[in-house]
Amino acid sequence: MRFVLIGQPNCGKSTLFNQVAGYHAETGNFAGTTVSFTETKVRVLGDVVELVDLPGTYTLLGTNPAERVVLDYMISKPVDAIINVIDATHLVQGLTLTLELMELGRPMVLIINMMDEAQRQGIKIDGEALSRLLGIPVLPMIATRGQGIHEAFTTTWHIGRSAKLPNPPLYNSELEQSIQKIKNAIERNGLTISRRAIVVKLLEGDPKLTEQVNAKNPAIADLVKKQLDKLCHQSSRQAVWLVATERQKIARDLARGVQAQTQTHLTLRDRLDDYLLHPFWGYIFLLAILSLFFYGVYGFGSFLEEPLLDFFNNLDELVLSTLHTSGLVAQVVSGTIQGVSGGLAIVLPYLIPFLIGLGFLEDIGYLTRIAFLMDTLMHRIGLHGKAIVPFILGYGCNVPAIMSTRIMEDKRDRFLSAALATMVPCAARLSVIFGLVAFYIGPWAALGIYLYNLLIISITGRIITHFLPEDSPGLILEMPVYRLPTIRTVTAKAWFRIREFLFEAWPILIVGSVILAVMNYYSITQYINNALRPFNLLLGLPQQVGTPLIFGIFRKELSLVMLAQAFGTTDFAAVMSSQQMIIFTVFVVFYIPCIATMVTIRNELGRKSMWHITALTVLVATIAALIVRLFFLIF
Amino acid sequence: MTLLQVMNGKWVRVVGVAGGIGMERRLAQLGFLPGNKVRIIRAAPFRGPLLIDIEGREIVLGRGVAARVLVEYI
Repeated sequence: MRFVLIGQPNCGKSTLFNQVAGYHAETGNFAGTTVSFTETKVRVLGDVVELVDLPGTYTLLGTNPAERVVLDYMISKPVDAIINVIDATHLVQGLTLTLELMELGRPMVLIINMMDEAQRQGIKIDGEALSRLLGIPVLPMIATRGQGIHEAFTTTWHIGRSAKLPNPPLYNSELEQSIQKIKNAIERNGLTISRRAIVVKLLEGDPKLTEQVNAKNPAIADLVKKQLDKLCHQSSRQAVWLVATERQKIARDLARGVQAQTQTHLTLRDRLDDYLLHPFWGYIFLLAILSLFFYGVYGFGSFLEEPLLDFFNNLDELVLSTLHTSGLVAQVVSGTIQGVSGGLAIVLPYLIPFLIGLGFLEDIGYLTRIAFLMDTLMHRIGLHGKAIVPFILGYGCNVPAIMSTRIMEDKRDRFLSAALATMVPCAARLSVIFGLVAFYIGPWAALGIYLYNLLIISITGRIITHFLPEDSPGLILEMPVYRLPTIRTVTAKAWFRIREFLFEAWPILIVGSVILAVMNYYSITQYINNALRPFNLLLGLPQQVGTPLIFGIFRKELSLVMLAQAFGTTDFAAVMSSQQMIIFTVFVVFYIPCIATMVTIRNELGRKSMWHITALTVLVATIAALIVRLFFLIF
Repeated sequence: MTLLQVMNGKWVRVVGVAGGIGMERRLAQLGFLPGNKVRIIRAAPFRGPLLIDIEGREIVLGRGVAARVLVEYI
C-alpha cells in the first residue's frame, strides 16, 4: 500500500513524517524538477506501507515546482490513501486544500494537527462534526509530541483497504453546470484522477493540463474557454478566482459549523515579534543571534578540528614510517588519509553544528524573520531577503550554502545566490586568511580582507543583475509562528544534508587527494608551475605558488599547506612580501570553490551552472587580486 | 487604492490583484481573494517588506508585490 502526506507549508507534516520515518527515509527527485519528496516504509497493522512526504503546497495548481511535484505525483502514481494534514489554528485555509484533494477521488483521511497550539489560542474544533460534514475520517493530532499518530495510521490503513472514496465538494449551480458539460466531453478511460478533478483543474487554468488539452483535444480546450468566459461574465470575477472563492466559501461555512473561539491567552511568544522585528532592536537581536550562532559553530568546529587533524597527521607519519618507503604506494596511502581527514577533520566538525543550528533557527521560525529584516539590503545586490540564508551559511562551509539555495523559487535567483555564496570565505579559507595575513601582517589586514570580500561580492552581484535583471517583483512568503522545534526533526533534517556530503562530495575529495599524491610523486608540479607562470607574473606572485593554487581547488586550506611545501619553509615572511601575501590570499578567497562545493553546485543546479560559476569565480578572483596589486603599485 | 497606501494597523478589504495571472494565482493561494480582510502589521525599515495579516495568517510581501494588491476601506 502507498500513503501520501499532503499539506500546506508549516502544517507540521514533516514533523509527523520524521516521527514515523526516523533516519531511514530516502529522498527522491522527481524527473525534471529539483524539488524532491521523501519516502519511507512504515509498518501499519502488519502491512508494510510506503509513506511519501510530498512538498508543502497551498493548492494543487501546478504553478510552482513544489505544487507541480504534488499534482504530477497524484496523476502518475497509484496512491491508496491520502493523509491530509492541516493546521488547527488556520482551519479555513487548510480546508481549502482538503476540498481540492477530495476532488481527486482517492481514499482520504484528514488530520488536524497542532491541537495544543489551537487550545492555547482558545480554538475548539469539533472533529466528529467535521467528519460527518465532509464524509471522511477526521482525527486530531499533536505531531511534535507524537500524539494521535498511531490512530491516524490505523484509520488510514482501514480507509485504504476499503477504498472508500470521498464525495467531491459541490460548488454553485452555474459552476456545476459548466463542470458537467466539460466532464461529458472527456473520455472515461486511462485516468488516474477523477474526471471531475481534471475539469476543475482546467477551469482553474493548470498550465500543464491546459497545454496537453490544447495539443491533443482542441475541442475540449475550446469548450473550457467558452464556459470560463460565461462564468466570468455571470459572476464578474476573474477566472483565477472562480473556483478559489467557491472553495473558500465552503471552507468558511464548514469552519463556522465546527469551530468555536473561546478566550485567548496571549503570551510572550505572541509579542516576540515586537522585539525581534523592531526597526532598531530587531537588527541588534539579529546581530547578537548570528554572532552567537557563529561563535558556537566555530567553537565546536575548532575544538574538534585540532585533535582530529593531529590524529590524522600522526597516522599519516606512522603509516609512512611503517611502509619504509616513500614510493608510489606510500604516496597513495598518504593521499587517501589526507582525503579522509579533509572530510572528517575539516568539513564535518563545522558542517554538523552548522546544520543543526540552522535547522533549529529554521524550525523555530527565525530564518523567515531574517529574510524580512534583510530584504532591502539584499535587493541592492539583485536578490531578495531569502538569499541571506546561503550567505550566512557560506561563512561556515559553501556546501550547505549551495544546498540552502533550494529555498529560492526562481531559477535566476538560485543561480545568483549560489554564485555569490561561493565567494563567501568559508572556514577553510579562514585558515588561509588567518594563517597567512593575520599571522604575518596583522589582524586588521585580515579584517580588511573580509570587508574587501563583501565589497567585491556586492559589486559582482550588481554587475550580474545588470545582465540578468531581477524579474521577481519581490518577496512573498508566509511568516510562520514561533514554534519550539523537536530534536528529532532538527537532527533528521541535518542528517539528510550531512548524508549528501558523506556519500557524494566526500568520495570525490578522497579520490582528488589520491590523484594529487600521484601527481606529486611523478613531479608533475613543475609543469603546473610553468603553465601558470604568465598568470603569476600578472599578479606579481612568486612562480612556486602555481601548484598550491591548483591544490587549493581540492581543499582550500591545502593551498597554505602546499605553499609551505613549495617554498620548503613555513616562514612565509622570508619568501613573500606582505603585498604578495595579500594578493595571494585575495585570489585564494575568491577563485574556484573547492571540489566538494563544485559537486554540490552540479547536483543542485546542474553541470552548466557549475562551470559558469567556476569560470566566474576565477575571473572575479583575478580582477580582485589585480585591483589590489594596482593599488599597491600606485600607493 | 493599493495595499501600499494603507496605514499600518488599518483593516481593509481585498478588491483585486493587478499584475498578471501568475501573481493573481500566487496571492490567491495565500488568501488574497476578493472580499478578504487584510491589515499591515508592521513594515521593515528602509522601505523594506511589509508584514501582512490576511484572514489570520501572517504573510511577508515586498513593496513591489503590495503595490499590486488593490484594496478598499471597510
